Amino acid sequence: MKYVPLVLSNLFRKKTRTALTSGSFAVALFLFGILAVVDGAFQQGVDVAGVDRLVVLNRVSIIQPLPLAYRDRLLRIPGVTHVTFANWFGGVYQDERNFFPQFAVDRETYRQMFTEFIVPDDQWQGFQTDKEGAIVGEALAERFKWKIGDRIPIKGTIFAGTWEFNIRGIYRGRRVQDDTTQLWFRWDYLDERKAFGKGWVGWYTARIANPDDAVRLVKVIDEQFANSPAETKTDTEKAFAASFVKQMGNIQLLIMSVGSVVFFTLLLVTGNTMAIAVRERTRELAVLKAVGFSDRFVLMLVIAETMVVAVVGGGVGLGLAKLFTLRGDPTGGLLPFFYLASDDIALGLGLALAVGLAAGVLPALSASRLRVVDALRRV
Amino acid sequence: MVKVDGRGDESALIRARGLGKTYRRGGEEIHVLQGLNLDVDAGEFIAFMGPSGSGKTTLLNLLGGLDVPSAGSVTVAGDEITRMSARKLTSWRSRHVGFVFQMYNLIPVLTAFQNVELPLLLTSLSKAQRRQHVETALDVVGLSDRMHHYPRQLSGGQEQRVGIARAIVADPTFLLCDEPTGDLDRKSADEALDLIDRLVREFGKTALMVTHDPLAAERAHVVLHLQKGVLVDTVTMGRAR
Repeated sequence: MKYVPLVLSNLFRKKTRTALTSGSFAVALFLFGILAVVDGAFQQGVDVAGVDRLVVLNRVSIIQPLPLAYRDRLLRIPGVTHVTFANWFGGVYQDERNFFPQFAVDRETYRQMFTEFIVPDDQWQGFQTDKEGAIVGEALAERFKWKIGDRIPIKGTIFAGTWEFNIRGIYRGRRVQDDTTQLWFRWDYLDERKAFGKGWVGWYTARIANPDDAVRLVKVIDEQFANSPAETKTDTEKAFAASFVKQMGNIQLLIMSVGSVVFFTLLLVTGNTMAIAVRERTRELAVLKAVGFSDRFVLMLVIAETMVVAVVGGGVGLGLAKLFTLRGDPTGGLLPFFYLASDDIALGLGLALAVGLAAGVLPALSASRLRVVDALRRV
Repeated sequence: MVKVDGRGDESALIRARGLGKTYRRGGEEIHVLQGLNLDVDAGEFIAFMGPSGSGKTTLLNLLGGLDVPSAGSVTVAGDEITRMSARKLTSWRSRHVGFVFQMYNLIPVLTAFQNVELPLLLTSLSKAQRRQHVETALDVVGLSDRMHHYPRQLSGGQEQRVGIARAIVADPTFLLCDEPTGDLDRKSADEALDLIDRLVREFGKTALMVTHDPLAAERAHVVLHLQKGVLVDTVTMGRAR
């Protein structure tokens, strides 16, 4: 602690330079925070996917439906304990910019399948008894200031007409990363009203008794429906979510590339700044050594200064990124999970420290290797 | 007592034997010091004089453990410092040597108090004890009322007095002063010399000073003249003990 004033006073020697260097860290870590949020938003589906759930799609494409009759055949497969199904609706609420996912779900089985979503019993019962009932996520309800009892119109884009729903319940997620921006309504209502494809569903979700049995069951299910008019393609929910993300391109590679360039530039900028700072203080460092401070102390002093700049700048950048995310998804629904996780904050601070250390090492080594007599003579 | 003939006994505080320093520049060898012997008892005030390049500062650096000789040995208070590792030598310096520089060499972002406190950060003294030592040192140099001033807020003479306070705060065995008045006007130079003189006379310190200034040299007990790395003359002043 007794050396803290020495470190701090050196940092305040050139306030503008310290502020600019620290600012570089702040900008870089802000960018890192936002990239981590975007990455997290894309990966969220993969991360929260149930390990004991399989998704059964039409082999031709995700938009091709499957017969409702497959439900009972799936349930008869040993190892499958539970089956539900749903349809993508793709409607528009008021304006096309107000995007949020809408699903027609099986009122009997959907809730038991997705236990990470919590709906109070009385609200679920209200939903089951009202053909036009809907359940909305709490983030969605908050976004449009909806409350239970509201009646909302949604214009169908796949299924023509205006569809009106009564909000019967609001669900919340068990975990912070659970998506609460969805709207669910009754599949039987959709099936009754739609003009085509009656008796067909979008996809099935099957719960299996033993997650370790998933690979075998995927094969069994697809074999069950092989050579039928609607062959299936089954995957674990995690693999399904990952393949969905892949359709958007390699987001992680993009983020890694941008992040690496930013941090490498930061390393060069900070390293150069610290080298200049050390060169300017050659005589002072020599005096410190003359009065008895060791080479190692001088090394640690320079590194400590860089680390303080890195942590303060990085902390500010991550703090600003966190504040930015608190305002919620800025894309209007494309990134429902817009959240800077504490793991990413810790990783960001770790990266800032690593860059600070790497940038400070060379100037610190040159400072520690100064020969006192040479340094005093040089200036 | 100061001897330069290599016949001093082991009671001398500082003993240099056959001290030599050679630099290589290109293929050429430059002998800055050659076979120098010196014995200095505690409580002496010695001035080294000589033209530029005569080896004064090099000698001071060798005696203070800032540099290592090419030949010979230096023993201070029984410790042969020329055999010490760099790490041990650094630690030894913090306990035994107080440096006073021509350019003061204060750290501009630290106050007078913090500058003087620097050598004490290497000790195990508590914060309160460090404060007490610093206040005493600043009181000795007459700058108690300037302790919270930064170097830029002090005159050259005051800066040098802070430098002297920093040199004595850890109660070193001896002081090495490299042209301490070289950057001062006459009045400030006299004040600095008065202070060094007082440290020797009242506090029993040993001081070795390099100077070009004959008036400064007059304040020493003994003046040693160097030329081309060799001691050529020894003058004992009237003020000698």
